[in-house]
Amino acid sequence: MTQTNEPVSPRDAGDSTEPTSTEVPFLVVEDLTVRFPTADGLVQAVSGLSYRVEQGRTLGIVGESGSGKSVSSLAVMGLHEAKRTQMSGSIRVGGTEIIGLSNDRMRRIRGREVAMIFQDPLTALHPFHKVGSQISEAYRVHHDVSKAKARTKAIEMLDRVGIPQARTRVDDYPHQFSGGMRQRAMIAMALVNDPSLIIADEPTTALDVTVQAQILDLLQELQKDFNSAIIIITHDLGVVAEMADEVMVMYAGRAVEFGTTRQILTHPEMPYTWGLLSSIPDVTADPNARLIPIRGNPPSLLRPPSGCPFHPRCDHKDKVPGNLCSTTLPELTTAQHAEGGHVKRCHLPDPSAIYEQEILPEIAPDLVEMTVNDEFPIETGTGLVEDSTSDVALPKER
Amino acid sequence: MFGYIVRRLISGVLVLIAVSMMVFAIFFYGPNDPALAYCPESRCTPARLANISHNLGLDRPAPQQYVEYMSGLVKNRHIESGAISIDCNWPCLGVSFKYRVSVFDYLWERFPATLSVAVGGAIFFLTIGLSSGIFAARRRGTPADKAVVGASLFISAPPYYLLALLSYLYLVQAWGIFPETGYFSPFTDGPAKWVSGMLLPWIMIGIVYSTQYARFSRGAMIDSLNEDYVRTARAKGLVERSVVRRHALRAAIVPVVTLFGLDFAYLVVGTVFTEKIFGIQGMGLAGLDAVQRTDLPMVSAYTLIGAAFIVGANILVDILYSVIDPRVRLS
Repeated sequence: MTQTNEPVSPRDAGDSTEPTSTEVPFLVVEDLTVRFPTADGLVQAVSGLSYRVEQGRTLGIVGESGSGKSVSSLAVMGLHEAKRTQMSGSIRVGGTEIIGLSNDRMRRIRGREVAMIFQDPLTALHPFHKVGSQISEAYRVHHDVSKAKARTKAIEMLDRVGIPQARTRVDDYPHQFSGGMRQRAMIAMALVNDPSLIIADEPTTALDVTVQAQILDLLQELQKDFNSAIIIITHDLGVVAEMADEVMVMYAGRAVEFGTTRQILTHPEMPYTWGLLSSIPDVTADPNARLIPIRGNPPSLLRPPSGCPFHPRCDHKDKVPGNLCSTTLPELTTAQHAEGGHVKRCHLPDPSAIYEQEILPEIAPDLVEMTVNDEFPIETGTGLVEDSTSDVALPKER
Repeated sequence: MFGYIVRRLISGVLVLIAVSMMVFAIFFYGPNDPALAYCPESRCTPARLANISHNLGLDRPAPQQYVEYMSGLVKNRHIESGAISIDCNWPCLGVSFKYRVSVFDYLWERFPATLSVAVGGAIFFLTIGLSSGIFAARRRGTPADKAVVGASLFISAPPYYLLALLSYLYLVQAWGIFPETGYFSPFTDGPAKWVSGMLLPWIMIGIVYSTQYARFSRGAMIDSLNEDYVRTARAKGLVERSVVRRHALRAAIVPVVTLFGLDFAYLVVGTVFTEKIFGIQGMGLAGLDAVQRTDLPMVSAYTLIGAAFIVGANILVDILYSVIDPRVRLS
């Protein structure tokens, strides 16, 4: 990763420094708000979210369950049921505004311009249809070709994602595949229409640790070939470190910190990001050492906390003068270590000093070092290990 | 797959043999002496009864008689008793006490009427039930959904025979909206007459049976519409019709098939209420009639045929499962 990249900056109301990229970003999300009316009230799943993703780049979206990371990307796919969802703001995919787009026009974008890889390939693939026919179905929706041609395409894609004997495995059912192969098939299905943007929603969470790294490598390799943009949604900073060019940390439906992967992993300035980094296990440390969790529970999206949504769980709020944290929502402002577009949503006057003195000593050093030294693939406490071919070499299940 | 079907068929045959033994035991050890049926009431002396018993072979050991009874399944039988001499052609399940004809032939003659009711009714209740269930599932929580569920509960509350009887009395007898019901052969009487006689029974079976299919398929569809793979299908950009039919319905149909297999088997064996109320001379009515007249061979044959249909339907459902769900395909 180089420092010359134009950041995919979440735009702030007061931020006038427009990126001067020659290319219009493929995905532009501006002031996106997603709300679900329920019997208990309005769930504010995403509030005022803005970001951009350019062709060939990878954005990592990090956050815990309920932070809005999946909801915002399902919005990009137009997969929220219109009747049960209130959406405002703007999502432009390849220049087309998709909020308020008719079902039929959205359908033509889905799968063709933007494709999605889901978390658990076992449940995301239809158990009753052959793997090959699920892939060729995706192809035929957007291409007017014969079944035979689509089947050839499916075999080609399975082969491309590293399924051995694709010609025979194309007629297998998902339950005859191993977990890693299923996710490969899922990736083949997502890429069959050569989409410009791939959204991978926790693509490795449901997989064995040995398979996770293979899948990530495959995604990176395919990204180079297809020059597609990738949004990778994860709660695993190890995945981010390996995959992402930029990282957006989300909390309670809002972006709370954004920057290049290096900026976020080496100079985080938001206490929530610190918490995420501190809770990563350190493989080199004493095995009996306790992990440092973020205390408290994720906030209610029905009644979000006043002020900064993170303040009830924040250990550093007394360092902010007055009770600013509990009364005023901080704006996204340029970080102290501002290079490129590093922004954070925090009132702390000197987060950099706090990070270096209090947080850094507690963090698993290898993750940070690895990021600084750009050593990939990584071997960290996040459960990523070296490539193994055990998955591919699995005999055909009976 | 083939081995699986063979194994299921063998176990089905074993079940049927067990059923036939039970039926025979009831026939043989039951409180009604079969010989009485051939003994004229006014002149029936114990000696005469014993004679008839001997002529019918009823005094021979039970296993021997069972084997002879079952031999009718593979060859013609000839049943003789004094002045009575009847040829019971294959497949022979005995001779009716009352009509002195092969019970199988008698029931088989009535099978087309019953089958007409069953097939037509099934088409109606599957169409109404599945479409309203899918309709409601896709609009879950809306007034349309609540209307479907409410109507389904409302219709299924009164007993079927009451609704069928009222529909006949009002729609046919009092108001003449529907033509007189009954069975007419679609081949000799013409399809139009066949349909006109069957229409009201079909509609009534259709409406009443459809209620549980509506609720069942609604529940199954709600589950499957929430499945990850349905979201995947949408994410591919499929049109909603394909998403619903090829992805959601395909999974939701599994529990419906189970229900249908048994319902259809019961319908094919004959619905006593439908046949009685709408005056259709089918197998159900013949069975009821046989019970009323203690026509034991008829009752036995009816029971055996019914058991065969239900065992067959179960095997068919199992095979259908494996066709629908590849994970069920056993080696």
